[in-house]
Amino acid sequence: MKKRRLSKRTLRNWLYAYMFLAPWIIGVLVLVVYPLINSFNFSLNTVRMMPKGMLLMPVGFKNYHDLFVVDTTFLQALIGFAVRTVPEVAIITTFSLVISIMLNQKIKARGFFRSIFFLPVIIATGPVMNELVSQGAATVPIVNAQAIAEAVSFLPVWVSDPIVDMFSSLILILWNSGVQILIFLAALQKVSPALYEAAKIDGGSGWECFWKITMPSIRPMILLNAIYTVIWLATGGQNEIIDLIYDNMFASSRGYGYASAQAWTYSVAILLMLGLFWRLLRVPPDKSDKIERKKRERLRKRARK
Amino acid sequence: MKKLLFGTRDKSGFLASFATYTLLISIGFIYVYPVLYMLATSFMNPSDLLDSSTKWIPSTLHIKNYADALATMDYIPSLLKNIHIALWPTLCQLVVTSMAGYAFARYEFPLKKLWLAILIFIIVIPPQITMIPTYIIYSSLKLTGNIQAFIVPALLGQGFRSSIFILIFFNFHKQIPQALIDAAEIDGAGHIRSFFRIAVPLSLPAIVVAAIFSFVWYWNETYLVNLYLGFNNSRANGGLTTLLLELQRFQSSYESIYSGWELSPNRLNEALRMAGTMLAIAPVMALYAVLQKQFVESVDRSGITGE
Repeated sequence: MKKRRLSKRTLRNWLYAYMFLAPWIIGVLVLVVYPLINSFNFSLNTVRMMPKGMLLMPVGFKNYHDLFVVDTTFLQALIGFAVRTVPEVAIITTFSLVISIMLNQKIKARGFFRSIFFLPVIIATGPVMNELVSQGAATVPIVNAQAIAEAVSFLPVWVSDPIVDMFSSLILILWNSGVQILIFLAALQKVSPALYEAAKIDGGSGWECFWKITMPSIRPMILLNAIYTVIWLATGGQNEIIDLIYDNMFASSRGYGYASAQAWTYSVAILLMLGLFWRLLRVPPDKSDKIERKKRERLRKRARK
Repeated sequence: MKKLLFGTRDKSGFLASFATYTLLISIGFIYVYPVLYMLATSFMNPSDLLDSSTKWIPSTLHIKNYADALATMDYIPSLLKNIHIALWPTLCQLVVTSMAGYAFARYEFPLKKLWLAILIFIIVIPPQITMIPTYIIYSSLKLTGNIQAFIVPALLGQGFRSSIFILIFFNFHKQIPQALIDAAEIDGAGHIRSFFRIAVPLSLPAIVVAAIFSFVWYWNETYLVNLYLGFNNSRANGGLTTLLLELQRFQSSYESIYSGWELSPNRLNEALRMAGTMLAIAPVMALYAVLQKQFVESVDRSGITGE
């Protein structure tokens, strides 16, 4: 085999690549990797602030134990968050798909509608949303919150409360779908019109076209949007869990250790949720690909004999 | 007639498009309903608020709400401080993320896959995990309480949602033909020069998109601003602030300015709060009105849907 030597040019390319990346890589090490390790370490300790600095007292998994067994507010908030988020993601994704399909038709004033649906991305922030919710401006006037509360009253409180909450702030949930609509719309516009024409010639109806052409082509975007929505809901807006972590950070009785344990639990919960959506929505690997590969392998084996 | 109503294979009929428009308009109305409500309420005087017959159109334009809200939020200084907080980190972030995006798009280098995987990983992990230790780092470096707490991470490519911007630049630079860079190299331009003279000017659309989004996201961020500016940061000691922070502390500021008026007709009512909210979102609304097209086309530009 010919020995490949790295030319001077390749080496210089590597050097410049790393030079361009240098600030970011330092950032990753100092502000991501180190804090990750550190916060896990904190979560296994009780952290006390001393005049001289921090004092770490190792307590093993006590913080996590407290979190699940002793202090129930956090666990309740976490369950509430999960119970709320999963249906919200489904609602947002479906809603934005429907809107984007409507916008993808030959309609007038598409730009105008797009601008309206995107507006909340710009203005919807935690404090603004809180003001709107407290004024009751977040409810669709037609939806009767009382009736919904009665309809779900047979469920335990920790399930029914989030559901009632959800309906009472329905507009704000829909407000989260600006980016998703645009993502779907961009994907829809990339589907080749030739496919629809061919289907029409073969006599396919609009309904069939939707399921046989549109859906498969935008399938990956559904997953992407679901993931985007989970991250969006988990990190921004009105999120009581972040507030809880934040309060505990500076509470004298709890401190950084306990707050770190909460942050880790919260993050694992989010990752689990992402995993759930990934499992549900991922595009399964093509079966014909697999068969093809097996056939090729068999041929190769035969050739070797 | 039937064709006109139900349409043919090629053209959707009147009924279908009528249904589409009706749906779009009504959903569009639901979308702007909170904003309209906010606008209407913000002009109401106290008696309008109590009178259930005035739901939408205030009997008089009660401008005093806005005057009071302006005073409560200390509007102009807060606005300037907010621009300060959003602008500088955005600029730093742009430089660093466009460099990183360029490196990923242009060069092949060892461990490239690993770094890309880390980039995606950073988007997915919730920032709350790293929030506490980074706060400790900043406070031990005495960065908290001033603008540096935002500039330093932005300079290290770990500002607010930096990873997304790196992806945008990565994708954009990938579409610029390599031939252009090669041609520059033959003409004697070095790596740095071809980045600044060719890649940066060509990626202007991506820069615009990243700049406005970064600006708006910094503008809208409250959790981190709250954390990094610290608790003893307040208007009284000349600390930094943002309009949304001012909105958060609207009630307490109002009470401290107009103390002892709890029972008078001038006490904090919802019209005033809505006026404050309107004022808080007014600057980004104005920005959106001007740069609408760039905002809306951003998703196409980012290439998130794959080419």
